[in-house]
Amino acid sequence: MERLKEAYRAMVLARRFDAQAMALAKQGRIAAYPSSLGQEACQISVAFALRPTDWLFPTYRDGNALLTRGIDPLDVLVPVRGYQHCGYDPYVHRCAPMATPLATQALHGAGLATAARCRGEDTVALVLLGDGATSEGDFHEALTFAGVFRAPVVFVIQNNQFAISVPRARQSAAPTLAHKGIGYGIAAEQADGNDVLAVLAVLDEAVAQAREGGGPRLVELHTYRMGPHTSTDDPGRYREAALTESWRRRDPIDRLAAYLRRHGGLDDAAQAGLDLDADALAATVRAGVATPPVVAPTEVIDHVYAAPPRSLAEQRAALVAELAASDVAERGTR
Amino acid sequence: MTRTQPLTTTQPVTMAQALNRALRDAMAADERVLMFGEDVGALGGVFRITDGLAAQFGPQRCFDTPLAEAGIVGFAVGMAMYGFRPVIEMQFDAFAYPAFEQVFSHVAKMGSRTAGRVRLPMVLRVPTGGGIGAVEHHADSGEAYYAHTAGLKVLTPSTPADAYHLLRAAIEDPDPVVVLEPKKLYWARGPLDAPAQPAGLGGAVVRRPGRDVTVVTYGVTVPLALEAADLAQAQDIDLEVVDLRALVPFDDETLVASVRRTGRCVVVHEAQGFAGMGAEIAARLQERCFHSLAAPVLRVTGLDVPYPAPRLEHHHRPDVARILQAIGRLQWDDQPDVHHLGGFPPSTPAPSSAAPMPDTRASVPAPAAPLMAPTPEPAARTDPPVTVGVSAVAR
Repeated sequence: MERLKEAYRAMVLARRFDAQAMALAKQGRIAAYPSSLGQEACQISVAFALRPTDWLFPTYRDGNALLTRGIDPLDVLVPVRGYQHCGYDPYVHRCAPMATPLATQALHGAGLATAARCRGEDTVALVLLGDGATSEGDFHEALTFAGVFRAPVVFVIQNNQFAISVPRARQSAAPTLAHKGIGYGIAAEQADGNDVLAVLAVLDEAVAQAREGGGPRLVELHTYRMGPHTSTDDPGRYREAALTESWRRRDPIDRLAAYLRRHGGLDDAAQAGLDLDADALAATVRAGVATPPVVAPTEVIDHVYAAPPRSLAEQRAALVAELAASDVAERGTR
Repeated sequence: MTRTQPLTTTQPVTMAQALNRALRDAMAADERVLMFGEDVGALGGVFRITDGLAAQFGPQRCFDTPLAEAGIVGFAVGMAMYGFRPVIEMQFDAFAYPAFEQVFSHVAKMGSRTAGRVRLPMVLRVPTGGGIGAVEHHADSGEAYYAHTAGLKVLTPSTPADAYHLLRAAIEDPDPVVVLEPKKLYWARGPLDAPAQPAGLGGAVVRRPGRDVTVVTYGVTVPLALEAADLAQAQDIDLEVVDLRALVPFDDETLVASVRRTGRCVVVHEAQGFAGMGAEIAARLQERCFHSLAAPVLRVTGLDVPYPAPRLEHHHRPDVARILQAIGRLQWDDQPDVHHLGGFPPSTPAPSSAAPMPDTRASVPAPAAPLMAPTPEPAARTDPPVTVGVSAVAR
């Protein structure tokens, strides 16, 4: 029950974070934002299922998984805030940068998990994917490699029914995406992605058996992207409102709230306290976005190589001179 | 650089043997170095570059992968993120293309994407180029794709000694390095312990000092340039041959110093010319050496075609004759180069930009000897020229 109360809290905070980011995107304060509204049970559960020593390989829609993993909300938003491509240190949080090219990070997860096993560690890698990503070649190659090398990696598909506008049926003739595991010799299962108890049970088991040497696992979580693909998308062009309404009745937070209230894990006072915490989180995000960091313009050059080759060093010197001439150097980019 | 034993080989070795030795020494020196790819285990690689490594270091350190190039590269990214130093083989140039997204979007960008927090010390070995009579998709020269991609370093050796030292340097480098291995030179022999100059990342080398023209090249065409220099010497034209060795980082310094001295430059590479390395080199030279140049920088490259079938590849690949022809066009008589000025004579089919071209325009005075002597109509090229005199091809 305590874990479910924590999960509920994480889901409430996640939803508020997502709503705040979406609002900032609509105000033009941050770049196009990919909402994960409705997928909170999946997002928080992957963080709950992993140990601090494990690794998470998220996509661009998995900010709430990162938030739950303990990454500062303003750092999670750094790519859409526009200062860097990744706002956190992957080694500190054991989270790879959010992957935008689909399924590419699945191979990185398989490789890192294998590397950890080679070093005698019991680290598990968990790779997040969407339904559309399962059509990509890298998904196929990642499952191929993970299967052959028995990598301790768990591939988690958040099947939210749409890849931008294209429905799940157009991605594969397979009866379920979990079926894809069969072809790679990888155990696969599916769960109701809007039922946090089911998601936690399936992920706990998958992570545990990967850790114990049972090889990779594929998990398909059936969920639904309640919002648009990003803040610039218009779902009205490609899906029926009735479908979205039918999923609204399966809302993961409402379902867990009902369960908790029935079993004495949640009351009005606790909910009010949670709502205050969520408001505080949103306020932190708003204030942080309104206070941009100072980023040296030379950062666009400095991280490309461990040390810039001479030709790039010349371009850096030219940039510095250009900045000095326009007196921008002291102020940085705001 | 840590070596397990001194390089004491006095017998000439092939480039393939030198690369094998480099991998062997690197793996012995650092247990984080891994070698994997297609057929690199029991077989030792289709070119035997990894011969014996699996036996010596075990299947944990040298192993076969599934036949999936994006998989190989992506898997290596994950292993490099976690402390290993993977060396991966792409088997053939054109078979590396399925891995391009991993190479371009992840390998090259990881430092930038993570503000320098994640570095990927990994090496992509790519057997490269033609001239070995191979069927299609086995003879591409893809260096421009890699060199154009910021975040990669790109090396290509032309001698066994450089192959050894460049590969060792690549493995020890903190950044991802693409090593393009010229297949045609895999079996060329040379000493292993006597690099002309220390090979490092970013250091071009003057293979042959000369006075009159700088011939810039790399990889498989380096021996051609040296052969051309010998032939030109007979005509009292003294070629300086610069072997770039590293395309990224680019050694402007060595090249500029040479061209400022000679005042003339020809760039030679096997890859097709359009938007290729030669274009970059020519641009850099005119930016840096404009007032030293007595003639435009010319390029001798492959034709702008997909790599031809093996019986026809010699029409595509640069050869000594084409190099000497370009030398002849370097405005020795202070007359304009007519090559690009007018139409082609109606009686002859339009040759490609790199093919020999007769000068039949009466308005242009016949140039003086030796390099610009009147030339017979070029016959259709059917075979690689066996012997080439400067005057016979110069135009």
